[in-house]
Amino acid sequence: MKASEEFKKSIFISLWFMLLTFPILVIRVNTIEKVVEWRWRNMAFIGIGSFLLSFVWRRLLSRKERGRQPAETGNVETLPLGRRLLAEPRIYRPALTALALFTIAFPLLFSSYQTNIMTTALIYVMLGLGLNIVVGLAGLLDLGYVAFYAVGAYSYALLNHHFGLGFWTILPVGGLLGALFGILLGFPVLRLRGDYLAIVTLGFGEIIRLILENWNTFSFGPSGIANIPRPGLFGISMTLGEATIYIYYLMVALCLFTIFVVNRLQDSRIGRAWIALREDEVACQAMGIDKTRTKLTAFALGATWAGMVGVIFAAKTTFINPASFTFMESAMILSIVVLGGMGSIAGVILGALILILTPEYLRAFSAYRMLLFGTAMVLMMVFRPQGIVTNIRRVYRFGTRGKESRPAQA
Amino acid sequence: MDSVLTVNSLTMHFGGLRALGAVDLEVGREEIVALIGPNGSGKTTFFNCLTGIYEPTEGDIFISPTEGGRRRINGVKINRIAEMGIARTFQNIRLFSNMTVLENVMIGRHCRAKAGVLGAVLRGRKTRREEQEIVERSYEILVRTGLADQADEPARNLPYGAQRRLEIARALATEPFLLLLDEPAAGMNPRETDELEELIVRIRDEAKISILMIEHDMRMVMSLSNRIIVLDYGEKIAEGTAAQIWENPVVIKAYLGEDFNINA
Repeated sequence: MKASEEFKKSIFISLWFMLLTFPILVIRVNTIEKVVEWRWRNMAFIGIGSFLLSFVWRRLLSRKERGRQPAETGNVETLPLGRRLLAEPRIYRPALTALALFTIAFPLLFSSYQTNIMTTALIYVMLGLGLNIVVGLAGLLDLGYVAFYAVGAYSYALLNHHFGLGFWTILPVGGLLGALFGILLGFPVLRLRGDYLAIVTLGFGEIIRLILENWNTFSFGPSGIANIPRPGLFGISMTLGEATIYIYYLMVALCLFTIFVVNRLQDSRIGRAWIALREDEVACQAMGIDKTRTKLTAFALGATWAGMVGVIFAAKTTFINPASFTFMESAMILSIVVLGGMGSIAGVILGALILILTPEYLRAFSAYRMLLFGTAMVLMMVFRPQGIVTNIRRVYRFGTRGKESRPAQA
Repeated sequence: MDSVLTVNSLTMHFGGLRALGAVDLEVGREEIVALIGPNGSGKTTFFNCLTGIYEPTEGDIFISPTEGGRRRINGVKINRIAEMGIARTFQNIRLFSNMTVLENVMIGRHCRAKAGVLGAVLRGRKTRREEQEIVERSYEILVRTGLADQADEPARNLPYGAQRRLEIARALATEPFLLLLDEPAAGMNPRETDELEELIVRIRDEAKISILMIEHDMRMVMSLSNRIIVLDYGEKIAEGTAAQIWENPVVIKAYLGEDFNINA
């Protein structure tokens, strides 16, 4: 496009914005002195700002378009720099070792406040990985995922309160109960897809929260349950600081376990069936895949992780009430999956760390938190809808084709 | 005739609309049968009834995968029918477009494998062997259908003709005894059509399967099929060899006469 045309467009946009913001940014009625102030300076700021921004915006858009063309017309797509670096064993091995050492040393290097934040981030990593099975792999948009998290947390709190069962007993029970509720949700929504499914799961999440809020004799209502014991370690008594560190390591171990299991599931017959279901439901069934079973396993296996991590959440905070399980949490977990990259484990981990840690470390800007969050999401969806880390399909190796490895998009 | 598929007076109503009216059809072992007819004559509906996407209003569908064995499959679930050995392709290509070519075929192997959740997580020797078998069998099918070079390419990047062939490859992976092809040559150029013809004959001979296909390309229908069945407004109006159909006045009037070009 010609420069003059670009210029005209930007002028038009800045005029439009000046007009739109005129009533709120320029006029101010001073009720004390009973005069109207005209803040023309603001208008100038808006004009110049939107003029420049529109330039940058269109520039980025056209760059994105150009980047897409070669990928569509030919196979000349080169791997992004990050992935090429990671494919090199000389680079990724030391990087991984450094990362592992950092993870282990983290609570020793930083304060228990920092450790606590990191534990929270790891909780979201696990939640994200669980939801990733449902949303990223099986393509079932679940807006009520937090319900399973609540199921896990309340199963620990209640079973402990009534029967005195310990953390380690409840951890697998929480996972199982999560899976059970996953199947419970799965049955009525088997026939639903897309928007309809999203609405029903949203309703399911709200139902669970409302039950917890209102059924006082069962869940102690909005006042919640306090004095939930922290996880034990062979009966050793720990101070608060030690317990924080202990839960941190516990969470690291559980995350590794989750990554291990999810990775294997993804690379299996079942994982492929999930992806096929996401891609085309009818064709998937016509190839002999049982839709009912595949969907239910996806719901159940996704919910298992939320159930387990719910138990840890209850043990970590020692107090839970329904306020921790609002729709906002579901939205947050979904954002983690979408921002990180649907179907990609590394992406989800990165997404969780970014979305949970940045608000903590940018406390100075806490007033603008949601504004920044929203802007980041909009920019991300426009310029990189596939998420931070794109999921590249695996290349299978076997006898007749030799041992050489080729990237999927070479 | 030793038939693998016997359809008796199959009728399908959608509300007040009669999409299929008492259609009879038989497909013999290792036979290639073509189903032709103008647009909207109920050919794809017929396929959808056979593969369990619709449950027919009336009539019976019997299959006999092996000689002697006979089973009624009305209203059986789609995936069970695929397991029993009827595989199909789609008129509007329905590949798993973000998966690689090889993975698409591997999905076809799904119903011939057993590994469950526990097997996937533990990845024991049995699961690993099964996975390896899936990969190798799938690759073998790709070699046979001439797609081996693009095995690691995402399916959406394939040219149109290759996508059609991949649909056939994926269907073959389910080890069918009967393959239903819904307009396999649609949108192909003459060279691709020739290759496809050759492929279909080879599949029939190598895998020893029967083929029922819907096709508009008359040249291909005439040269490939042992028998042709003509549908019009959901009714079977003719059946016979290519030569018989060619001369049947009813067919010419209903179908060929209107906009048929002999050189098409």
